[in-house]
Amino acid sequence: MLKGRIHSLETFGTVDGPGIRFVLFMQGCLLKCQYCHNPDTWSLTDGKEMTLEEVLAEIEPYLNYYRTSGGGLTVSGGEATLQAPFVTELFREVKKRWNLHTTLDTNGYNEGPKIIELLDVTDLVMLDLKHIDNEKHIKLTSKPNDRMLNMAKWLSKEGRSMWIRYVLVPGLTDDEQDLLNLGRFIGELNAVEKFEILPYHQMGIYKWQELGWSYPLEGVPSPTEAEVQRAYELIEEGRKQAVSAIS
Amino acid sequence: MSVIEREVQGVQSAWRGFKKGKWMREVNVRDFIDNNIAPYVGDESFLAGPTDNTVALWDIVSDLTKKERDAGGVLDVDVNTPSTIVSHAPGYLDKDKEQIVGVQGSAPFQRTIHPFGGINMVFNSCKAYGFDLPESIVDMFTTIRKTHNQGVFDAYTTEMRAARKAGIITGLPDAYGRGRIIGDYRRVALYGVDFLIKQKQNELKSLEVDVIDEDVIRLREELSEQVRALGELKQLGEMHGFDISRPATTAKEAFQWLYFAYLAAVKEQDGAAMSLGRVSSFLDAYIERDIAEGTITEVEAQELVDHFVMKLRIVKFLRTPEYNDLFSGDPTWVTESIGGMTVQGATRVTKNSFRFLHTLYNLGPAPEPNLTVLWSEQLPEAFKKYCAKVSIETSSIQYENDDLMRPIYGDDYGIACCVSAMEIGKQMQFFGARANLAKALLYAINGGKDEKSGAQVAPEFPAITSEYLEYDEVMKRFKPMMEWLAKLYVNTLNVIHYMHDKYCYERIEMALHDRDILRTMACGIAGLSVAADSLSAIKYAKVKPVRNENGIAVDFEIEGEFPCYGNNDDKVDQIAVELVESFMEMIRKHKTYRNAMPTQSVLTITSNVVYGKKTGTTPDGRKAGEPFAPGANPMHGRDKKGALASLSSVAKLPYEHSLDGISNTFSIVPKALGKEPEIRKNNLVAMMDGYFGSKAHHLNVNVFDREQLMDAMEHPENYPQLTIRVSGYAVNFIKLTREQQLDVINRTFHGAM
Repeated sequence: MLKGRIHSLETFGTVDGPGIRFVLFMQGCLLKCQYCHNPDTWSLTDGKEMTLEEVLAEIEPYLNYYRTSGGGLTVSGGEATLQAPFVTELFREVKKRWNLHTTLDTNGYNEGPKIIELLDVTDLVMLDLKHIDNEKHIKLTSKPNDRMLNMAKWLSKEGRSMWIRYVLVPGLTDDEQDLLNLGRFIGELNAVEKFEILPYHQMGIYKWQELGWSYPLEGVPSPTEAEVQRAYELIEEGRKQAVSAIS
Repeated sequence: MSVIEREVQGVQSAWRGFKKGKWMREVNVRDFIDNNIAPYVGDESFLAGPTDNTVALWDIVSDLTKKERDAGGVLDVDVNTPSTIVSHAPGYLDKDKEQIVGVQGSAPFQRTIHPFGGINMVFNSCKAYGFDLPESIVDMFTTIRKTHNQGVFDAYTTEMRAARKAGIITGLPDAYGRGRIIGDYRRVALYGVDFLIKQKQNELKSLEVDVIDEDVIRLREELSEQVRALGELKQLGEMHGFDISRPATTAKEAFQWLYFAYLAAVKEQDGAAMSLGRVSSFLDAYIERDIAEGTITEVEAQELVDHFVMKLRIVKFLRTPEYNDLFSGDPTWVTESIGGMTVQGATRVTKNSFRFLHTLYNLGPAPEPNLTVLWSEQLPEAFKKYCAKVSIETSSIQYENDDLMRPIYGDDYGIACCVSAMEIGKQMQFFGARANLAKALLYAINGGKDEKSGAQVAPEFPAITSEYLEYDEVMKRFKPMMEWLAKLYVNTLNVIHYMHDKYCYERIEMALHDRDILRTMACGIAGLSVAADSLSAIKYAKVKPVRNENGIAVDFEIEGEFPCYGNNDDKVDQIAVELVESFMEMIRKHKTYRNAMPTQSVLTITSNVVYGKKTGTTPDGRKAGEPFAPGANPMHGRDKKGALASLSSVAKLPYEHSLDGISNTFSIVPKALGKEPEIRKNNLVAMMDGYFGSKAHHLNVNVFDREQLMDAMEHPENYPQLTIRVSGYAVNFIKLTREQQLDVINRTFHGAM
């Protein structure tokens, strides 16, 4: 029987896609983002194995909430696409049984054509872009950013709905040129329904401590409202430049 | 002009423009409302801000509030004058600016003494706050006039005293006013006092029957007292320069008349909860008429509401610090029920429903009056959204399921205290505080011995001596222990309410009831989630008691995992459901005073902290002394699947077996409701529609960050109006004891990581 390795679940998710959502956090991720607030989802062997039916039974009691609020199911992680076959089946079933809206929260490390079956049952992709500068991306996440950018371009080419999200960390991801470049990159994409900045927070520190790891961003503050606003403006400026360059 | 002519004229002018109905011939406020209120389905855009006078008056209140806090919690006590309806000369905030007048003592923030419930409570309260109660008063209520408290202790059995001391039954109203009675204060505005006196005299006459037995004698005496109290109510009006013998003729008079009736109640009684009922939409009929006649504007209408609410906010009673442990933060439960639907399906929401909620902006957030929205899926969408907005911005509203209660109580009920529904003017309750189910479980394990004191409190049932606790054996011991508790509990309440009726009767509140009313014996349980999780641990994991030298289990070693209440898992949720059902069945077996209908609540107020203190380590892993979860809440941090799973577990508790209410306090960080204000509102509305749609009863909604509360603990001066909802009421966060503040902070905050 097809099983998924699950980290945890949240029955009342309101920040990972439209409406009220059931959010399933998959276990396992290949990136090592320094600001990760769920490092306990990295391991590929931890978590709890659940069958498709078990997961569906967790969702079913709350369908009414998800439907009336225009919400649905979001699969996040960890990295959801590492368990693409399971997530594909899950999305297929919730659509078949309940016609539920599906959102895939991914870091884009996988390749579009490889997970095409999953994307075909996904209504919305939420793509996390970690950094536009490759060197800095490697430092931040341990991997280069080419695959993520390719995923964005592929989704764009295929015309699939996506939201792009970006974690703003003072001193790490807030360089003016980087933000402009990020904006330019996004500006060249189609089908970006929404762009969101996620202000970095320290609420995950205790998890690093519990794992016995040192926290790489020790002492780094959350961005202020003004800093977030500035970042939005820079990215917007980059987007406009890109759009006018295209037209 | 004859009396009759004068009366008819007065009534004609007072009732002009109202739609005629049965209400004109008999006391029937519900019929008046049915015929005369204008349902409002629009949004909040019509609302007006505070007037200069409102701002000035609120400055006075804020200043007095600060002085009171600086003085240690009580600013002034009139120690010389036991409070009655007419005992104190009128007091004012600023007479020229107040639209609605009258305070409890002879000055605002002056607390008065209510010795009829018990002189000890008054004596200790005065002492605790540095006031001297004159010897003559102590003597008067010790040797000359007997009190409720004295009566109760004359009749308590040895077992009752022991159970009370051990804390297996706690919070009993045996030393002060029982409260939780709602007078139909609207009657005074609609009919005037003379009409009501006449009605009561007729009721007295109707009791000139063949057999004058104990019940008839008691009721005759009570009715006579009610007539006397109504006379005093008229005097109270006169003292302030108003003739309230006749019906109110304007909105301003309607507010004032109604307030005098309520004021009379809080002058006469210091009941634990002195709730207001369901007045806002009733009063709207008067405002609509005045607006139609062009005699008031929206600004003036809001001013009336603001000034009325301001008065409700400064209702104060003199309490001991021990009382504060149970019911923390100086609550008075001036509960006002807002909204709901009619049995025919129209809404009871009026513009005044909005105006009452809007006081939380015009005067800032506050715990009182305890604003309670009767939620129905059918409520107008704009009103739902406004409620959500107010909740998100003030954390000052609680919600109760109108769709669940309406079929039982009709459409003119109100909430007394936190979650106790009752038909207004037709029903009252005998408030019964609560029994500690978690402790009862420990008694079952320990053969009736108290785990803290070692005393044999319950009958000497066989203790469990096996190495590991077996579920079947524990249940076999637990059931008879619950039976014992239920019997003792009901008998104890019978004693209390017999004596309260005798020595501390609520004359004016009962004068604003019908002659024949439904009484409920409102029992309650605490520690539901602890008991359910403990039984789950025993059933699904291995639990090994650690016994002390006397064989009492003082600790438990738990091996393995077990499902916890709060995760929408039937394996344990059904244990909680069965506990509620079975304890209610046990309560129902016993004869109640005045044939009251037995009910129960799952509600703790803030006593979850005290109950925890008095209860040893439990088999769920909760350590001795740690707080219980409040009301029907899952234990802190054990609900791991997010808000909806947690809410779903609570929604399973059967209301039909817990008719006195099932309290659930929900705290969420603003961000976890969504990213934009509009989305947050929509999500909260959808959440409540879903929760109440699944037959849940009650929800307190708190929206704030834990950091804000921690900052308020350190810098209370910056948060004079920070309001939070606890089990069934709201408090000023900074008025909670430090222990209770920590308890609130440690509770589950639903939030996205």
